[in-house]
Amino acid sequence: MKELSLNILDVTENSVKAGATLTEILLEETENELTIKIADDGCGMDEETVKSVVDPFYTTRTTRKVGLGVPLLKMAAEQTDGSFSVQSSVKEENHGTVVTAVFNKNHLDFTPLGDVVSTLTTLIQGHPDTDFYFSHKKAGGVVTLDTREIRQVLEGVPLNSYEVIKWIEEYLKEQYSLIV
Amino acid sequence: MKSLAELQAIREKMKDKVVLREDSGDIRVVVGMATCGIAAGARPVLNTFVEEVNNHGLASKVTVSQTGCIGICQFEPVVEVYEAGKEKVTYVRMTAEKAKEVVEKHLKSGKVIAEYTITNDRLIGG
Repeated sequence: MKELSLNILDVTENSVKAGATLTEILLEETENELTIKIADDGCGMDEETVKSVVDPFYTTRTTRKVGLGVPLLKMAAEQTDGSFSVQSSVKEENHGTVVTAVFNKNHLDFTPLGDVVSTLTTLIQGHPDTDFYFSHKKAGGVVTLDTREIRQVLEGVPLNSYEVIKWIEEYLKEQYSLIV
Repeated sequence: MKSLAELQAIREKMKDKVVLREDSGDIRVVVGMATCGIAAGARPVLNTFVEEVNNHGLASKVTVSQTGCIGICQFEPVVEVYEAGKEKVTYVRMTAEKAKEVVEKHLKSGKVIAEYTITNDRLIGG
């Protein structure tokens, strides 16, 4: 992947597929580190499945026998001497999955984060009925988006209406322009 | 600064349109957005379709949606166009520029851009 934002898009699709009603995409940057955390309240995975998701020859899809989404994110993190972990629970009271990738930003093999705004609008366009909470903490401030708030205001107007997607795009871009 | 009040205005404007939209959707554009598609550049292709369909005023006629792996990863980004009563058209190795053209020529004027498509026999030959 050319940008980490594409890995985020790809791995978040797994959360949606796991039936998540809310998926949190949490980015936190310090001078040297970037942490990407994707946390959902989807169906979760048992221990054995958690182990196998980092294996490229494990996949849920039926058209092919390889699944590269999670392994690619893991590789992107580990090639910067960062770390990667997956935690998951299938318990009724707290089911869901948390994927955490930590990157060393100053490493030569660090992939740039890229266009996160485009990743978010793409996710909302494709999955207007599930909720996303996004936050990106940087030294200069924080950018946030909560589709639950937007949904409440919209009173039934679909989140993937063109005007709404455009508004979300501008809303995020404006926040970024204020902290960069 | 963007505000939620602006969103309320959008809501008021959209309320009437929503009813309209439900009995429309003659053409369905489906973009493959699995790992293979995303890595090959499907995100800008999808966003261009969303943007251009709206710019050409086709929103009531065309819906743009996403799907998983279509099964021909080597040809990604792959875009399928479904239209009632017509055979499915599969565009391969798409780019944002090609997407613009497809909206103009195919979705708006009904002319399939054959050179961007893949035929069924090539699909089987892989």
